[in-house]
Amino acid sequence: MTDTSLTLAEQESRRRRRQTRRALLAPALIIILTISIMPLGITALYSFLTPGTYGGVLWEFTPNAYVQFLFERDIFDGTLQFNDSYLTIYMRSIGLAFGATIGALLIGFPTAYFIATKPREQRNFWLFLITLPFWTNLLIRTYAMLLILRDEGLINLSLMGVGVIERPLSILYTDTAVFIGLIYTYLPFMVLPLYASLEKLDFRLVEAGYDLYANRFQVLRHIIAPIAKPGIIAGCILVFIPGLGAYITPALLGGGKKLMIGNMIAIQFGSSRNWPFGSAAALILMALVVIALLIYARSVSKGARARG
Amino acid sequence: MTSDTAKAPEDGTTRRSMISARELTKMFGQGESAVTALDNVDIKIRENEFFTLLGPSGCGKTTLLRLIAGFELPTSGTIELDGQDITALPPHVRPVNTVFQNYALFPHMTVSENIGFGLKMLGKPSGEADNRVKQMLSLVQLEAMANRRTDQLSGGQQQRVALARALAPAPKVLLLDEPLAALDLKLRKNMQIELKSLQAETGITFIFVTHDQEEALTMSDRIAVMRDGQILQIGTPKEIYDKPTHRFVADFIGDINILEAEVEGAEGDQTRVRLKDGTTMLARSTGADTQGHCAVALRPESIRVAQGGEAPALTGQLENLVYMGSAHNLHLRLGSGEELVVRHGGSTDGIDLSPGAQVGVVIAPGGVRVLA
Repeated sequence: MTDTSLTLAEQESRRRRRQTRRALLAPALIIILTISIMPLGITALYSFLTPGTYGGVLWEFTPNAYVQFLFERDIFDGTLQFNDSYLTIYMRSIGLAFGATIGALLIGFPTAYFIATKPREQRNFWLFLITLPFWTNLLIRTYAMLLILRDEGLINLSLMGVGVIERPLSILYTDTAVFIGLIYTYLPFMVLPLYASLEKLDFRLVEAGYDLYANRFQVLRHIIAPIAKPGIIAGCILVFIPGLGAYITPALLGGGKKLMIGNMIAIQFGSSRNWPFGSAAALILMALVVIALLIYARSVSKGARARG
Repeated sequence: MTSDTAKAPEDGTTRRSMISARELTKMFGQGESAVTALDNVDIKIRENEFFTLLGPSGCGKTTLLRLIAGFELPTSGTIELDGQDITALPPHVRPVNTVFQNYALFPHMTVSENIGFGLKMLGKPSGEADNRVKQMLSLVQLEAMANRRTDQLSGGQQQRVALARALAPAPKVLLLDEPLAALDLKLRKNMQIELKSLQAETGITFIFVTHDQEEALTMSDRIAVMRDGQILQIGTPKEIYDKPTHRFVADFIGDINILEAEVEGAEGDQTRVRLKDGTTMLARSTGADTQGHCAVALRPESIRVAQGGEAPALTGQLENLVYMGSAHNLHLRLGSGEELVVRHGGSTDGIDLSPGAQVGVVIAPGGVRVLA
């Protein structure tokens, strides 16, 4: 509609600017396309194919993988029967990831608050300590965790040494071990965004809260937490999502008995030789995460609009 | 200092003291690097008083305020509020509210929620709290802004919200930490008058911290002038202005000439002093007159140019003439090399005011004071 009011020269220069912009965007687009969209597309495609006998896929389209997620086909008469074993793995994974998120929040918040209230020149040292575990491979750290948690490990030996318990607590290869491992692994992802938002907190607001008759708990609840909310949410997302798909932690600390989604998917591509089902399980996981994020985003924007 | 909640003798009133601090000392840091922010301060602030702590930055006035609010604990000494020892109480149980320098409004709350916060924390029923918030909104004339977010308000409006928030729980004492510093001059003048009338209206004791001597003189019932963690003088604005007992106080409040002098001896209730250029004059003494070296203070407005054959008390060479509208400021260089500013209010007809002219001045009776 603006075309009529523009001279040809102007149109030409606009066209050229658009072209330049596209050319500049191209590298980024290519990277996103090749390392994000394409693998996803392949996964989505595979989830609708038939599993090959020795792994891989046969090019026969079928929605069987998604059916298999909820139903079991009877070997004799071929009827579908509801099967909740995969659903159970999902529910347990969600439960563990959720629990680990809450746990990381409860440990991470005081930690981040502690660092944020240190003198500025000391904060980098504490942040360095938080990021220190990343210098070591996750697999090695998880093995270290295994040594700490096992029956003759640090926890049991010291508890028995002090006389709190007589026989070792069997922590290893239980949900508790996975839970502890998840918190340990993802805690830095909780602390860092929390620190980022607490560091910006104006501590005069905390004083104002005390001044207006709020006790420590009320100041935390009514002033610090609402202002640090973006950091809390970012930290929870950063712990919950990778926690949901965790592989090494449940594989080692859960002893392979207590499967999480990540292990279940890995098995499909490995010993089960059912690539389509593995793909479908991965996509279902992703769909759940996306839906959860959308619900969250909608509630936030609604809240922001209500406040004006 | 007596320890009962005593009468205040200075101006004859018998109002109770609302805040009474004794031997209050606050040190920051430890060992060699310790800094004394407040040095053995005694102070009594009366009920329903507009009291100002005045001094340059770093004088300890904000530290004193924070000790009363409870944000800091004193290194030694006690604070009583309305007869109750509050020295060790945490801030949230002290019936004291603060208006912070940069307001410290809660950014995630509306204007109403900010004002109602204290009431909510006190556990007031919501109906009662709502009424009180409405009352406060109308007190500071912000009814239309009740549901705005605080970052949508102007500086002056934020200031009013901070005031309403601190007044809403009806504290016994309201602490104001340089609340007008961030406002422009015109708004500041308006707020000075508003604050003063608000204090009279609510009957709450206000403790106001400022480094602006004019602000202090305009608003206060009494002023404490502070320097280096100590209180130099406490008095009404008039006492502080007319009868400074300390050289720093005289210099800090208003324009003043301070001249070096030697004490010659007492004459009645006055003191004869000899200035550096040899002139002698009678000065009002401050009670604790020193021997030997001292300083005398003269307000520019208590000096005028000698006219019609009057014998001049001092003579100096005119260096500068500044027209002030209602008066002229004459900057004279005395024989001793010291500068003397004279505010000449009357007509200048018949006076030689050419640059370099010798000008004789006379001093109003009682216009010279000896400083400690």
